[in-house]
Amino acid sequence: MKILVPVKRVIDYNVKPRVKADGTGVDLANVKMSMNPFDEIAVEEAIRLKEKGAATEIVAVSVGPAKAQETLRTALAMGADRAILIQTDDEVEPLAVAKLLAKVAEEEQPGLVILGKQAIDDDSNQTGQMLAALMNRPQGTFASKVEVSGDTVNVTREVDGGLETITLKTPAIITTDLRLNEPRYASLPNIMKAKSKPLATKAPADYGVDTAARLKTLKVVEPAKRSAGVKVADVDELITKLTSLGVVA
Amino acid sequence: MKTLVLADHDNQTLKDATLAVVTAAAKLGDVHVLVAGSNCEAVANQAAQVAGVSLVLLAEDAAYEHELAENVAPLIVNLMGDRDAFLAPSTSTGKNVAPRVAALLDVMQISDILSVESDDTFTRPIYAGNAIATVQSSDAKKVITVRGTAFAKAEKTGGSAQVEKIGTTGDAGLSSFVGAELSKSERPELTSAKIIVSGGRALQNGENFHALIEPLADKLKAAVGASRAAVDAGYVPNDYQVGQTGKIVAPEVYIAVGISGAIQHLAGMKDSKTIIAINKDEDAPIFQVADIGLVGDLFKLVPELTEKLPG
Repeated sequence: MKILVPVKRVIDYNVKPRVKADGTGVDLANVKMSMNPFDEIAVEEAIRLKEKGAATEIVAVSVGPAKAQETLRTALAMGADRAILIQTDDEVEPLAVAKLLAKVAEEEQPGLVILGKQAIDDDSNQTGQMLAALMNRPQGTFASKVEVSGDTVNVTREVDGGLETITLKTPAIITTDLRLNEPRYASLPNIMKAKSKPLATKAPADYGVDTAARLKTLKVVEPAKRSAGVKVADVDELITKLTSLGVVA
Repeated sequence: MKTLVLADHDNQTLKDATLAVVTAAAKLGDVHVLVAGSNCEAVANQAAQVAGVSLVLLAEDAAYEHELAENVAPLIVNLMGDRDAFLAPSTSTGKNVAPRVAALLDVMQISDILSVESDDTFTRPIYAGNAIATVQSSDAKKVITVRGTAFAKAEKTGGSAQVEKIGTTGDAGLSSFVGAELSKSERPELTSAKIIVSGGRALQNGENFHALIEPLADKLKAAVGASRAAVDAGYVPNDYQVGQTGKIVAPEVYIAVGISGAIQHLAGMKDSKTIIAINKDEDAPIFQVADIGLVGDLFKLVPELTEKLPG
């Protein structure tokens, strides 16, 4: 079984994003970029399935600018076998990404597509579900455990009240939650080896997908700032404050 | 404009998350609520009482019992013929189903809206809540998920909508439910609680978490939350997690105990009305958002606070 793993290049999760003064977006010039953390978990899960013998080949794919190659090389260094970059400088919305991924999946015929549950830049949490819809395949979203057996896969999902387990017929789409696994670091020899692994570059037009945006961003602003707080000296003073807030009778 | 709201429920009770979605939907037009489930007529009757709802559609089928997206999404798509917007809460059910509906309708979803500016323009948080984007949709039909803490809850009573039973689309045969392990708690639910007491890594272990955080929460009749560090370290189950990747809360009072205040955690609680932080590190980022801060050792301060609180 082949596994397709879509990965996204995003602002590093440790960087505090700055909103541009003209309100057109978030300033990404000279900001550290990395692989979306949920996608690292997706790559790791694919590799573990391969190590267990449940998968034969891992194909990493990314939609983004030329620099997204670095993100794909990271996936290759972790253990993916080859990569596809669908190169574009436009911002591509989840619906268009899902359409591109559906075309790649049509070509590659993966048994599983494993995505992160959301990208930490647009926080949409849509692409996996949309891909599943377009392919008319089952979806196992927010996965914290994945078990492949024959032509089904059991997915334990993180839901609001706890955990739930569902069975999906493969081919299936899975999106990862944080607790699915602990992604490995790429070792230096593997980073060197990754440089010679195949990386194909394509364009959205090669797949006949229109990536025009459906949503227009009118403005981006900083959230309202909280006014400065006070420090209290001891528990008694805190209780007085709580009483004045009406929390304590 | 006609809207369709997906009711979040457990086949017996309508969840409060639905009430905020009704408020958001009412800003767009006529509110119809879909209750899809198994033996869930009681939920439909509750939905019919909600102020502002004009019609409740009840779809009962064993295939809908656990809200599997593969089964529920085609039902919703069939109902969108003469409706202009589909709204779901940003709960695990809503986030699972809505994008599947959006793709089937070939529209871009607008996730986790904070406000309705007009029929086609909405605000939503991006970058873990560090920026707020105003977006305008050019799609003919809108598919939207609604952040529950950003809208007032519609009144549970006062409405008198008609309940209409509708045909079902059955089982898509792609997925099936195996079982669930739900956390049992007597305390208020995290996302709707008025007061939340949250613990972080500084509690050191699960025993301390239970011994210090829970008695304080009980005295305040508060819900219990946690940072990702506390969840990853196994002090509490992961459905306690507050943050970008956990639950988004906005209670009257949020008490953060031993939580440093990483941006991913702040994303989940910085809209709380009053934030109180107890931390021994006076430079911890949490103090930059806290209205009231107490610097000191939580192992001394928390028992003292619990002890001295009346009630």
